[in-house]
Amino acid sequence: MNNQFELPASYKKWTWGLIIAGVIALLYGFIMFHPFAPAEHGSGNYSSTRFWAVLLQNSVYWLLVVNASMFFICVTTMAMGGWQIALRRVPEAISSVVPILGIITFLILMAIVWSGRTDIYPWLDKSAVAKDVILNGKSGFLNAKFYSIWSAVCIFMWWILGRKMRSLSLETDKNGTMDYETGKKWIWKNTVWASLYTVFFGLSVASTAPWLWLMSIDAHWFSTMYSWYTFASTFVSGMSLVALFVIYLKNKGQLEYVTEEHLHDVGKFMFAFSVFWTYLWFSQYMLIWYSNQPEETKYFIERIGTARKSGPYHGLFFLNLVLNFLCPLLILMRRGVKRNWTSVSVMAVLIIFGHWIDFYQMVMPGTMKDHAEMMPFEFGIAALFIGLILWGVGKYLTSNPLTAKNHPFLKESMIHHT
Amino acid sequence: MAGGIKKFVVGSFDDEAVLFPAVKNVRKAGYKIHDVYTPFPIHGLDHAMGLRETSLHTAGFIYAITGTTTALSFMSWVFTKDWPLNVGGKPHFALPAWIPITFELTVLFSAVGMVLTFCYLCQLSPFVKKHHFHARATDDLFVMAIECTDKTNDAEVQNFLQKAGAKEINIQVAETGWWIGRYDREQKLYREEKGY
Repeated sequence: MNNQFELPASYKKWTWGLIIAGVIALLYGFIMFHPFAPAEHGSGNYSSTRFWAVLLQNSVYWLLVVNASMFFICVTTMAMGGWQIALRRVPEAISSVVPILGIITFLILMAIVWSGRTDIYPWLDKSAVAKDVILNGKSGFLNAKFYSIWSAVCIFMWWILGRKMRSLSLETDKNGTMDYETGKKWIWKNTVWASLYTVFFGLSVASTAPWLWLMSIDAHWFSTMYSWYTFASTFVSGMSLVALFVIYLKNKGQLEYVTEEHLHDVGKFMFAFSVFWTYLWFSQYMLIWYSNQPEETKYFIERIGTARKSGPYHGLFFLNLVLNFLCPLLILMRRGVKRNWTSVSVMAVLIIFGHWIDFYQMVMPGTMKDHAEMMPFEFGIAALFIGLILWGVGKYLTSNPLTAKNHPFLKESMIHHT
Repeated sequence: MAGGIKKFVVGSFDDEAVLFPAVKNVRKAGYKIHDVYTPFPIHGLDHAMGLRETSLHTAGFIYAITGTTTALSFMSWVFTKDWPLNVGGKPHFALPAWIPITFELTVLFSAVGMVLTFCYLCQLSPFVKKHHFHARATDDLFVMAIECTDKTNDAEVQNFLQKAGAKEINIQVAETGWWIGRYDREQKLYREEKGY
């Protein structure tokens, strides 16, 4: 068990393959789409908008997905959970990518805001805001300065608090088995830091960050459900990512204490939060459909269109529901499916892709209008981020033991029985 | 709903750690465990006893889709055929508005259906009696009832349980099912009838 995990050649091949594919896509976009040219929507030229919209979608999505795994660690810590200890190093490894993706996301957001991309964020247009009662009312929140400062604070805090949680976990490897008193103190310290993280998570991911980064694309529109909906989307994908890495490492003969009992519980998270996501998705849709206020229905008309004319995102909108609700609900419902390594991997890939589509239809209608594309460029940028995640996670997994063997709750995880 | 009167060798254990190997050994020796009564749910005991996976959740799923179908078909019949109303200019077939009710009915059907099925499977119901092998099974004893057939040598079984660590062992002749009425039901003249 003390053998340090070494990345297989195929892992490295995939990591660098995806990163290179992504860099090629990025360069292609850089050359072909003239990202620093102003938006010329009048002439029907959406290339530069496309460049930034795709980067925005992917960076925010993958950042929130990797950040969700630290949230998972923190809530299970606060709940005194024991079952996840056998696989705890995996979400830790995933969350160690937060600084990398965080800096990239921050650079992208700053580039969008400070180059005044009004095609992405209409509230950046000062003259339009001055004439617009609604945007004027929101300008205390939706302005470039607050946006930049708060984005920086969010990413910095996820980084710092996440790093503290990781270092608390790693220091147990050096210090050896804990006696009762030390263990108690250590658990308490963990709980305090986990609560700090969770509180900040509530202030950022579960409220302000999606408002600023995504909801303000449709600046006139708002939904009180939006951030929860984004959170559910990224949390369920985050759990799927954890499941994928757990299964991968198990296949490579690591994580000796992880059994199908643990997989079952991870699968339950995927199932339950798919349903939770649907609950929020539906609540947001149904209330707007029911009250039928023009300023609210605009959001859905941009996506599904009206009864007379279906919109350009009609198919994607309902595909989203099939991928993220019907499939997980019907397939993951059975116990045997959640305990099977193959079926959980398939469902995890499906869910991650489904929520990538979900983010796509959050970002594109407001920015690209009827001209959104889903071409190799879009997938290439996604590949870049996946490659970066693989790289960061691989780095953490190879430099730290894969089992937190001195965690006081490890025994509980070893005998875990669902 | 009587299950028939049978003879049992009943062993009571006071330790969970003794109970588990006992269950395993009793099964290995080929005796038939009627049931094990415990004061609290014990993880893995069903597995040790070799009980099959419950199909309660399959029943739950069937109740749930019955609820879904009931809600959707009833509402669509009422609002499109029987009594169409114009509610805020919405279409008569207003699916989004029905989803919450459909959801509630799905949950209601599956919850109530599963509770009733569970009670039926465990033979629990108001006014219904069941034989208690040991009153302390609800307090601090783990009670294992081994079913006897005509060929069972009950002295041997008692010996076996003794060795397995049972604290109290006795032989009981009891009704296996549930019934309505008095508790002395199981005291029927069993020995004479079967010739014990």
